[in-house]
Amino acid sequence: MTGQVRAAGVRRLALGVVAVLAAVTACGNGGSAGGAQGGFQPVPQTGGKITVWVDSTRLPAAQLYQKQHPAVQLDVVTYDGDANGSNYLQTKVGLFNRTRSGWPDVVFSSQNNETAWAVPAGFTAPLNKGQVPDATLSGWTAGANDPCTVDGTLYCLRNDLAQTVLWYDASLMQSWGYQVPKTWEEYQALGERVAAEHPGYLVGAAGDSFAPEIYLWASKCGANEITGPKQVKVNTTSPECTRMAALLDTLVKNKTMSTGSVFSSDFAKNAADKILMLPGPSWFGGSVFQESLKTPAGRIAVAPLPQWAGDPAPSVGNVGGGTWLLSAHSANLKDATDFLTWVTTSDEYQGKVAPGYPAYAAAAKTWLAKQSSGKYYANDVATPLQVAASQVWRGWGYGQFSQEAIWAATITPGLTAGKSIVSMLPEWQTAITNYAQSNGYEVTR
Amino acid sequence: MTTARRGSGQLFVAAYVVLLIAFGVIPTGYAVYFAFTDAGDNFAGLSNFVQAATDFRYFAAVGHVALYLVCWLVSLVVFVVGLALLLHRLTADAAGKALRFLYYIPGALAGAASVMVWLFLLDPAVSPVSGLLRVAGFDTFGQVVAPGNLPVLFTLIAFWTGAGGWIVVMYGALNNISPDLLEAARIDGAGPWQTAWRIQIPLLRKWIVYMVILAFAGGTQLFVEPQLLSQASVGVAGRDYSLNQLSYDFAFQNNNVNTAAAISVELLLVGLVVAGVFVARSGFFDAD
Repeated sequence: MTGQVRAAGVRRLALGVVAVLAAVTACGNGGSAGGAQGGFQPVPQTGGKITVWVDSTRLPAAQLYQKQHPAVQLDVVTYDGDANGSNYLQTKVGLFNRTRSGWPDVVFSSQNNETAWAVPAGFTAPLNKGQVPDATLSGWTAGANDPCTVDGTLYCLRNDLAQTVLWYDASLMQSWGYQVPKTWEEYQALGERVAAEHPGYLVGAAGDSFAPEIYLWASKCGANEITGPKQVKVNTTSPECTRMAALLDTLVKNKTMSTGSVFSSDFAKNAADKILMLPGPSWFGGSVFQESLKTPAGRIAVAPLPQWAGDPAPSVGNVGGGTWLLSAHSANLKDATDFLTWVTTSDEYQGKVAPGYPAYAAAAKTWLAKQSSGKYYANDVATPLQVAASQVWRGWGYGQFSQEAIWAATITPGLTAGKSIVSMLPEWQTAITNYAQSNGYEVTR
Repeated sequence: MTTARRGSGQLFVAAYVVLLIAFGVIPTGYAVYFAFTDAGDNFAGLSNFVQAATDFRYFAAVGHVALYLVCWLVSLVVFVVGLALLLHRLTADAAGKALRFLYYIPGALAGAASVMVWLFLLDPAVSPVSGLLRVAGFDTFGQVVAPGNLPVLFTLIAFWTGAGGWIVVMYGALNNISPDLLEAARIDGAGPWQTAWRIQIPLLRKWIVYMVILAFAGGTQLFVEPQLLSQASVGVAGRDYSLNQLSYDFAFQNNNVNTAAAISVELLLVGLVVAGVFVARSGFFDAD
């Protein structure tokens, strides 16, 4: 090949690349979608089929709605429900925003922090600006829709609550002559007695990624206070944090606090019949005791979560509880809103079918009555669960970054390696700060 | 060559070229475009690269990938070549045929599926080799997936899933060595070690270089192993362990496709440069 021919070839190649890039540029001007926080502008309402995304647990809800509303055209799609923070919904919405089509009309998510990205991405429609009547919205348990509220505007509806309570084995408690602890101090003292008198038995488990939400949230540890749309206050070394971390360390050391996950096969095999107490969310009764651990009926009871002695304001933590989002891109907002309202408030679904404690207060009453009539629990679960529902401490926010993931990556490996949680609190602070900043948050202490 | 034969040849090549452009060149061009623009499609210079490099996870991820590459490439070269030589010596009997089949099986499993197999193997509660794990001091899955163990675990998984195919390739290359040459070496008094070291391995050099280039490029793109392990351990292990995971996080957690593309472009460049160095220094394209 001569130099001239080669140069011409290179020029042709360069032109080709430029042409490809130009074509790509023309196609790729998606960028980020504009936010819809201000005045909500619905797309032209053409009606027609609404697409609903649910996880497999919420599939019966969509099926029941379809049965009761045959006139509504419903396209039900199952997905992972963003379980374990999979971010499937965010990923897909990011892609739909680029292609400017494909958004579902209504979505269930098992994550409470979806609004943190879905509002800036322009995906969610506001609900308290005329879409859902205020009379309906006032039916939710106090504070239940906190995760859905951004700058006073409601962008999703809470499906269920996951308030923490103290689960305990009533028959063991009785036969060993122990009193159910009312304070964390009594709880720790009982843990120390169990270590001495009944080694091998457990008073709790701190090996799951939601351990901070059960223990540190309930203790009012300010590790995650969202103070603005992109502002977070992080202080993991306050007395509220260290007192609970020290309690956990003491019980981990005497082996009454498991460092395993309540969902691991190991835990089901070795710890199922060794649980005296287990602080945990409202769904532990069904998911952990009934399904995973196969605890026989008549043993498990519920008590209010212990409080710190002298604390006048009772507080509990929260582990999950899903949300329903309405798409701002829906071309059939009427049917979509009707579905959304029905699925979150109806007694037929929330009260009688849903597995979790309904966030809508009236449905919660029906749900609790059903639990009591089930004869599984050793005491009446209604009062402790109902009281705890409105005691979830409001100082723990729902930011874009996952506190569970940060705890799992920062604290759990150290705990497995024998480090104390108290010693790792500064490391936890650094990790939260780093993740918050990389998500664009301004961090203060 | 007849016109018809030349035409059919061009047709075959054209199909390949079309696919290469559609699924190789255009996406790469798109990534390069993203890497140098911002969310508003304005030229952003190197700011996406700077943002990636100043992220607190970036250098940790670079370190993880570098350590993994060392473990993975060394074990790949040593064991693949060693096992291929062993296979070649056993080729006459039934054991050789059985081994060839055995080596190939893991490679026949899809990547994610074979990682799933490992997730079971590594959990002492359900593993068929839980005895071995307990002897090694691991009683829980959490202990197995401790951060310090990850390079070794990823190397094990990658070797198990990827090495079988390479052993078969090396075995084929060994079969191409003239039996006369090996016979001559044997007559001259060379034992198995000397034959392997002085004749077979030097003749395998180009294949080894080829394997290293592809394994290096694949290794820098470490993603499936840590991602699945992270899911299985609920985030204890490897959520932002590798550069590709970091890129994925930027794209789908932070909604920042441009910085994600910048990391991808860096990985592409590193792969190209290393391949270039290996090709140039090994005389890979020299005619025999």
